[in-house]
Amino acid sequence: MSVTIELPHVGESVVEGTIGKWLKKPGDTVKRYEPLVEIITDKVTMEVPSPVEGSVVRLLAEEGETLPMGAPIAEVATADSPEGAEPESAPIEMETAAPDSPGTTGQLLRDVTPVGPTGGAVVENLEPAGASAAPRTPRPAPAAPVPAAAPVAPVTPSGQTRLSPAVRRLAQEHSIDVSRIQGTGLGGRITRDDVLKFVESGAASAPAAAPTPARQLQGETSAGGQETYITVTPVRRMIAEAMVRSVTEIPSAWSTVEVDVSGLVALRASVRGEFEQRQGGSLTYLPFIMKAVVEALKQFPTMNASWGGDKIIVKNNVNLGLAVAAPDGLIVPVLHNADQFSIAGLAAGATDLSDRARTKKLTLTDVQGGTFTLNNTGALGSYMSGPIINYPEAGIMTFETIQKRAVIIDDAIAIRSMMNICLSFDHRINDGAEASGFLSAVKSKLQAMAPGMSIY
Amino acid sequence: MAVKSVIEAVREAIREEMARDPKVFVMGEDVGIRGGVFLATQGLAEEFGNERIIDAPLAEASIMGIALGAAFQGMRPIPEVQFSDFVWPSINQLIGEAARTCYGTNGAVQVPMVIRMPYGGGIRGGLFHSQNVETHFFHTPGLKVVAPCTPYDAKGLLKSAIRDNNPVVFLEHKKTYRLVRGEVPDEEYTLPLGKADVKRVGSNITLVSYGLTLHYCLEAAEVLAGEGVDVEVVDLRTLTPLDTETILDSVKKTGKLAIVHEDNVTGGVGAEIAALAAGQAFEYLDGPITRICGPDVPTMPFAQTLEDAYMPTADKIAAGLRKLAAY
Repeated sequence: MSVTIELPHVGESVVEGTIGKWLKKPGDTVKRYEPLVEIITDKVTMEVPSPVEGSVVRLLAEEGETLPMGAPIAEVATADSPEGAEPESAPIEMETAAPDSPGTTGQLLRDVTPVGPTGGAVVENLEPAGASAAPRTPRPAPAAPVPAAAPVAPVTPSGQTRLSPAVRRLAQEHSIDVSRIQGTGLGGRITRDDVLKFVESGAASAPAAAPTPARQLQGETSAGGQETYITVTPVRRMIAEAMVRSVTEIPSAWSTVEVDVSGLVALRASVRGEFEQRQGGSLTYLPFIMKAVVEALKQFPTMNASWGGDKIIVKNNVNLGLAVAAPDGLIVPVLHNADQFSIAGLAAGATDLSDRARTKKLTLTDVQGGTFTLNNTGALGSYMSGPIINYPEAGIMTFETIQKRAVIIDDAIAIRSMMNICLSFDHRINDGAEASGFLSAVKSKLQAMAPGMSIY
Repeated sequence: MAVKSVIEAVREAIREEMARDPKVFVMGEDVGIRGGVFLATQGLAEEFGNERIIDAPLAEASIMGIALGAAFQGMRPIPEVQFSDFVWPSINQLIGEAARTCYGTNGAVQVPMVIRMPYGGGIRGGLFHSQNVETHFFHTPGLKVVAPCTPYDAKGLLKSAIRDNNPVVFLEHKKTYRLVRGEVPDEEYTLPLGKADVKRVGSNITLVSYGLTLHYCLEAAEVLAGEGVDVEVVDLRTLTPLDTETILDSVKKTGKLAIVHEDNVTGGVGAEIAALAAGQAFEYLDGPITRICGPDVPTMPFAQTLEDAYMPTADKIAAGLRKLAAY
């Protein structure tokens, strides 16, 4: 008799999954808890362990196939269930999170780390938030279609090249997709010098601030040669679906205000050196803006909420999502309880999340439970943007390029560092009054920042 | 500065230290009237007398044991092992006792002695006059091990070794004795133990060696330079304490490491250096750590063709470097 393996329920928000890659083939023996298959759900890629020990009889789903949770995907013959007998069902046991503790759905993943890029999704009970954040964030152009499940080799998405430790380290330091480098070593191996020359040539685009690299076209050309068809990756498809869901279900409105951040610029300059020496990493404007946003959210709790049909669900925790351009696409890792942190703590938390997002080391917990999303579109050179709400949150705020502008103060022309902040909000939950109040609160908190203020 | 041979540098160091410190004395086979089989102590018996340049019977265990006892009493003996091949009868005195005394007495008893040993092959010395013995002492904590390759280094390091309060195994490669000549300052100088010397600066490959093969490494590096490969040559000079900092700095700079020694490859000094680089410079390595060493045969063959086959040469080293450079 063989045991039928079902596509496991991995999170309260996930209703279907795609077979990324089979790690065992028919005839292989598999131990209990040994990784059996890579499953892509929403933006989560994970290895699913076998619930039983035995040998794989047959696979019931092909790679790339999308199935509902609970669907049979394989049969495994166990020692006490000889082949040929009636298959019995062996659902994979997964812990499901209680609605208010979104992190626990990551239980399985923590056991089988590392996990691929992760992103929460969306459910009827509106509980978890997720990765469906808004405006298209540019990403490093992938040279080759990236197999969605590549949990082990963060810098070798193609999985074809073995990299020396030196090359691997340099590629990570410079955030380089090595598949773009032409190797000159033995058998085309990418050498340390190849990476260094690539960096010197300027071809390695800085992760976020660089001009948006055009996506390299990889696909079939139409018969007439007029069009090229790019295969949509699972990640791309899920981003697309999340965007459609947001714009079709949420009647959103948009507003922007201008903020004088001269004091913030001076504050950051005054504490930056000491911070970077003390904590390492760079001190950007992000944690200061996060601080202002979480404080404003405490003042305007309905901005930290979800539409529940017959009720407005106000979230008591401020879990701030941060849009990050990861190698495979947009990811929104979440800094849980962001209101508990100092500016320095926010800096550390944000750096940790974005680093792990870029190296695909996020766990499911990291991408679930968001209550409001912040997007640093200014890093991309944007002056103003219209973000799409990260469903089912109540709003999303962007902060834009800081520019010195001539402004009028007391009837005199002054040169000040100015920045726009833009808000898209769910108009079912809030009206313009609340939205403007929220933006004004963020603005006044940012404008109050000045040298002398402690960031610890 | 005068140009001198390695053997002259060794002799000068002994003479100067004996003149400086009356506790220093030499004991060994044929060191007195004969002046040593390699003439390292030529003229010293006349200068310092037979009580400080002592001719000993062919009994290495006794030479080492007497030297050890003298060191316990505060003397600074320089026992000579005529050929390093003959050190084995004295291993108990050397490894069993000398290396452990300071540690075992919690520092109460120190062993300030220098065991000089001509070693190495390439001189048609055959099975019993060509051995490389350094790995045994390199493996033993409590001993310092020095293996210079130039007259300047030999003199400066030997003087430091004599002044050191630990037992120091001082390895002199026989083939360098008269083959290698170089400038030696006329004035007094010493060189610190435990400090490697970058004998050639380069950026593509780190080549680590010591003793005779270091010269072959320099030759190979010169050949590779003509082919566009920039090799950095690190002369360990002292095997214990090992200058890990210089090795790691160089490996981190170049990303590729090759190690050359005449001693057998397995479990040799090169293995330890490879482990060091793999352990502490892993993320800098851009190629397989390469060892170009003596093969694992019991001892140096006598036949010229076989000895040639055994010895690392500039050609063999260049071939290994080319492969590593192309990786």
